[in-house]
Amino acid sequence: MALYLLRRVAVFIVSTAVAAVAVFAFMAVLPGDPAAIALGVNATPEAVAAKRAEFGTDRPLAVQFLAWVSGLPTGDFGLSYVSGDRIGPQIADRLGVTLWLVLFGMLIATVVAVPLGAAAAVRHRSVTGLILSGLSQVGVAIPAFLAGILLVFLFAVTWQVLPSGGYTPLAEDPVAWFQQLLLPALSLGLVQGAVLSRYVRSAVLDVLREDFIRTARAKGMGLYRALWRHGSRNAAIPVVTVLGLQLATLLVGAVVVERVFTLPGLGSLLLDGVANRDLLLVQDTVMVLVVAVLAINFLVDALYVVLDPRLRDLSPRGAR
Amino acid sequence: MSAPAARRRVRRLNASMVVGGALVGLVVLAALVSFVWTPHDPVHVDPAHRLAPAFGGDYLLGTDKFGRDVLSRLMVGARTTLYVGIVAVGIAAVLGTPLGMLAGMVGGWSGELVMRANDLLFAFPALLLAIMLGAVFGASALTAMVAIGVATIPAFARVARGQTLSVMHTDYVLAARSAGRSRLAIALRHVLPNIASILIVQASVSFAIAILAEAALSFLGFGTRPPTPSWGRMLQESQELLFSTPRLAFWPGLAIALAVLGFNLLGDGLRDWLDPKLREGR
Repeated sequence: MALYLLRRVAVFIVSTAVAAVAVFAFMAVLPGDPAAIALGVNATPEAVAAKRAEFGTDRPLAVQFLAWVSGLPTGDFGLSYVSGDRIGPQIADRLGVTLWLVLFGMLIATVVAVPLGAAAAVRHRSVTGLILSGLSQVGVAIPAFLAGILLVFLFAVTWQVLPSGGYTPLAEDPVAWFQQLLLPALSLGLVQGAVLSRYVRSAVLDVLREDFIRTARAKGMGLYRALWRHGSRNAAIPVVTVLGLQLATLLVGAVVVERVFTLPGLGSLLLDGVANRDLLLVQDTVMVLVVAVLAINFLVDALYVVLDPRLRDLSPRGAR
Repeated sequence: MSAPAARRRVRRLNASMVVGGALVGLVVLAALVSFVWTPHDPVHVDPAHRLAPAFGGDYLLGTDKFGRDVLSRLMVGARTTLYVGIVAVGIAAVLGTPLGMLAGMVGGWSGELVMRANDLLFAFPALLLAIMLGAVFGASALTAMVAIGVATIPAFARVARGQTLSVMHTDYVLAARSAGRSRLAIALRHVLPNIASILIVQASVSFAIAILAEAALSFLGFGTRPPTPSWGRMLQESQELLFSTPRLAFWPGLAIALAVLGFNLLGDGLRDWLDPKLREGR
């Protein structure tokens, strides 16, 4: 098990390093000089040269890369090319909003998907099962931002019970914070819940065919009790994998949903950075999102071993 | 497979395939017809007819805030959607399939390297890649297509690798290898035809994901540029009028949902149809 985890840690570190090179190289091939862009078309060559020195873009690329990448672990993301402000604190502020959104979204997705998927599996031969499967198919086909627009139309325009956008920090007003986060989280969570419910259905269907469920039933245990006692852990393994992959999807989906609800999250920061051509900000935000996705994948791999004791005794190759 | 089983496979189309095929057919038809006919010019701005109601007068689905015909824009939007989907899935299939086959056939450290690179690419979702490409080269349908295509490569590579691994252990591949056939010949004559069906299923599912990604990117302003109609952009334009004219969001939203549903159902149906074990198991 330790060897397996060590291997996953190594893969995570190498992947992060390669991703950092890829993101930096990608932004470095960019046509145009950040210093010239920041100063505008009327800038003198001397002013541009001075700005370049200020940004550090006059140094060789390898030096720039090392300076950038060595600052990342300590939260030193550099200075914005446009405002001159430190990028680290901005990312930290915005990350909080996005993380709450993703967390709520995941919670809603799980709460929706587990009973829906399990019921669809248990009743897979009945009309109820068919309707539940159909519902999840429709849910999968609706993008999160469209779900957001629909929810705004229902809850903000028609019934006027929830705000259509905006954000109040939790410390300032917890009620307003919750109300403003609810619709964005629902738009992410309901759609992901539909996706997840298909995997839950498939996992529960597989478990239902297992001998241990048949044995438990033969001993007089009710179907749902047998599923809960013996099936949930077995069905959880494939579901956790998908849950992890979905967490990454939610993180990226949050970029769009934040735009619908004008939430000041990481996605909005990224889009503002692109609009203002604040390229270091874009580079930093992309890197944070990519590392988050890689970290999620790593955690899912690690969780495998916790959930499935059989994997602990296998070699790393066998465990994969 | 016995003869009756083979006959069943030819005859029994499942409901998912039929419904999915019909929805996809509808989108394709709308796109094809839009090349020769649309009720009105989809980009013609007509202030005199702005926000005309649906199902009344000249405009079946009404007009938007610029007086442009919604139905005509939906039809041309179908073309945009399919165009982006075809190019994106094409890029992913053309690059991802050989990479996956290579990893499956060669194995060893080079195969491992391909798959690790593939895993790394997984960390760059289409949306993120498109935003990066948009920041560097400017947002356009082309950057969106390339980003969606590149982000979809891992899906094809994984499927191709998995299927190649199982085909490589079959008797006919072993026979071809012992007869001294080259790896390229085995790949083209034996592996590719045998993994083609699952790749078609993957293409259908990836198409649905590409439609969602394109819609999201156009919504954010990183996809198709105006005035070319696109469903995602139509939704974005409708958002500010959601309080007064919600129908403007309804039609493009419905179009996206039906197209995605169509491709997903088609993919599911094809999977069941092409995999007899799965069909009999369920």
